[in-house]
Amino acid sequence: MGSRAFRILVKVGTALTLAFLYIPLAIVVLYAFNDAVGQSWPIEDYTTKWFGIAWRDVRVREALVNSLQVATVATLLALVLGSLAAFAVHRFRFFGRTSVSFLLVLPIALPGIVTAIALNTTINNFGIPFGLFTIFVGHATFCVVVVYNNVLARLRRTPTSLVEASMDLGADGWQTFRYVTFPAIRTALVAGALLAFALSFDEIVVTNFTAGSTPTIPKFIYNNLRLPRNRPVVNVVALAVVLLMLIPVYIAQRIAGGADVATRSRASDLETVP
Amino acid sequence: MTTVRQDEAGPRRASAFLFRNPRAKLGLTLAPPLTWFVVVYLGSLAFLLATAFWYLDVFTAEVVRGFSLTNFQTLLESDVYRTITIRTVGISAAVALTDIVLSFPLAYYAARLATPRVRNALLIAVVLPLWANYLVRVFAWKLILTPSGFLNWLVELTGLGSLQLGRSNWSVWLTFVYLWLPFTLLPIYAAFERMPSSFLEASADLGARGWRTFRSVVLPLILPGIVAGSIFAFSLTLGDYITPELVGNTQFIGNVIFDNVGVAGNIPLAAAYALVPIGIMAVYLYLAKRAGAFEAL
Repeated sequence: MGSRAFRILVKVGTALTLAFLYIPLAIVVLYAFNDAVGQSWPIEDYTTKWFGIAWRDVRVREALVNSLQVATVATLLALVLGSLAAFAVHRFRFFGRTSVSFLLVLPIALPGIVTAIALNTTINNFGIPFGLFTIFVGHATFCVVVVYNNVLARLRRTPTSLVEASMDLGADGWQTFRYVTFPAIRTALVAGALLAFALSFDEIVVTNFTAGSTPTIPKFIYNNLRLPRNRPVVNVVALAVVLLMLIPVYIAQRIAGGADVATRSRASDLETVP
Repeated sequence: MTTVRQDEAGPRRASAFLFRNPRAKLGLTLAPPLTWFVVVYLGSLAFLLATAFWYLDVFTAEVVRGFSLTNFQTLLESDVYRTITIRTVGISAAVALTDIVLSFPLAYYAARLATPRVRNALLIAVVLPLWANYLVRVFAWKLILTPSGFLNWLVELTGLGSLQLGRSNWSVWLTFVYLWLPFTLLPIYAAFERMPSSFLEASADLGARGWRTFRSVVLPLILPGIVAGSIFAFSLTLGDYITPELVGNTQFIGNVIFDNVGVAGNIPLAAAYALVPIGIMAVYLYLAKRAGAFEAL
């Protein structure tokens, strides 16, 4: 498998794969500057006028505020629950320990529609009004695993001898956490939080079932996609969302180091499953 | 000694107590996340299971909280639902298979030919689109696939006539292939990376040519990675309803569930139908585990 022709074939294949991955995103970027309301290619005239129109659109603003609120609260809860679970699994041996990872990853590992309708029937049954609270409950549930995976991976890389040394030197549990453990996991927490935030901001499959008529940014896109005259605003919102998402993910990648941070939360959610 | 005693108040005492009672510490650490997941998530799944046995009253169209197998009977006996189930599973399998094949060149290049710098850049390039909003990526394909869109323009440019997929199962398949490609790329890359070079050299020494080496040496070695990658492509397609709705013209399991929660208003039937993907995934994950896929993640 080392022949010259083979290498060239692999290189061409790689280039084509990258083109396949990025051309659709490039097209979204270009369409945001499309002057025409119609969506035919190639784009005739470019303009930035839709950005102003989208910015002043009250429906976009309402959806944005909702999305930011839900993502913030869901991230905070995911931070607490995710790191607690990571500590429990890392520090202790107990009955059912391996099932904890499995339980936490379940909301993402099961087909999205399952989590969605499970939450929907429960909310319906208890007569809880659909709204920001119900969206938040769903988001928090599947954001926990993102924080959990990042913190657990960091804890496993941090030598326990540091904690033992701290105890030997007379520090109590709080001091050890404050001066030894917390600094060690700080960047993992930030990375986990950014990824959880991005995940919540992005979610539509479950949100559609838990939101009722409350708009979020993905719901705004989903509802307006089919209305041709709203397409230009959707184009702009789509571009904004892509940029808004890539920034936190890029930062998370930088601070926690390595290409595996973002993948750890999306592509290898099953890695902690026994 | 006296100073220590003075210190032993409040937080310090709590800390000492927790140190002496690791069980209490474990309980305090584990209880909040476990409670949330058991109450909110497992509770919801239990409700889903219960709802699947409820049924609609024929005359009032109200949900009756009894026990009946009507929903399952409907799902099994109706041609419509059987067709939808087969279509969903079939397209999910086709998507997983296509993604596996498309993953080979880049995964191989990144794992075995690229310099560490290029490899890192490639991996980041593969992962980043996953974070560029699911809905926006479906939207991108809606733009590309419209009759006057980019794809048709590209095909006409080559002079091979025109290609108008529009709303079709082909469009659904293509969009899903795009959406989940990174999920198959990463485990297959990891499998290629773990493959020892000595095996390839041995195969060549023994006189095997490229294809033979691939079939008899490489493929068995990377099989766990392939299976691991296929789990995501398969499961995510199985549970999707947005892509078929936006770029397709036929229904998936998810669309039936969505419509029955909304317009059609038969939540028990929707709940029963949701058990189908759970069952399929349970079998799939069991087989994947036997193929060693979880060690490959």
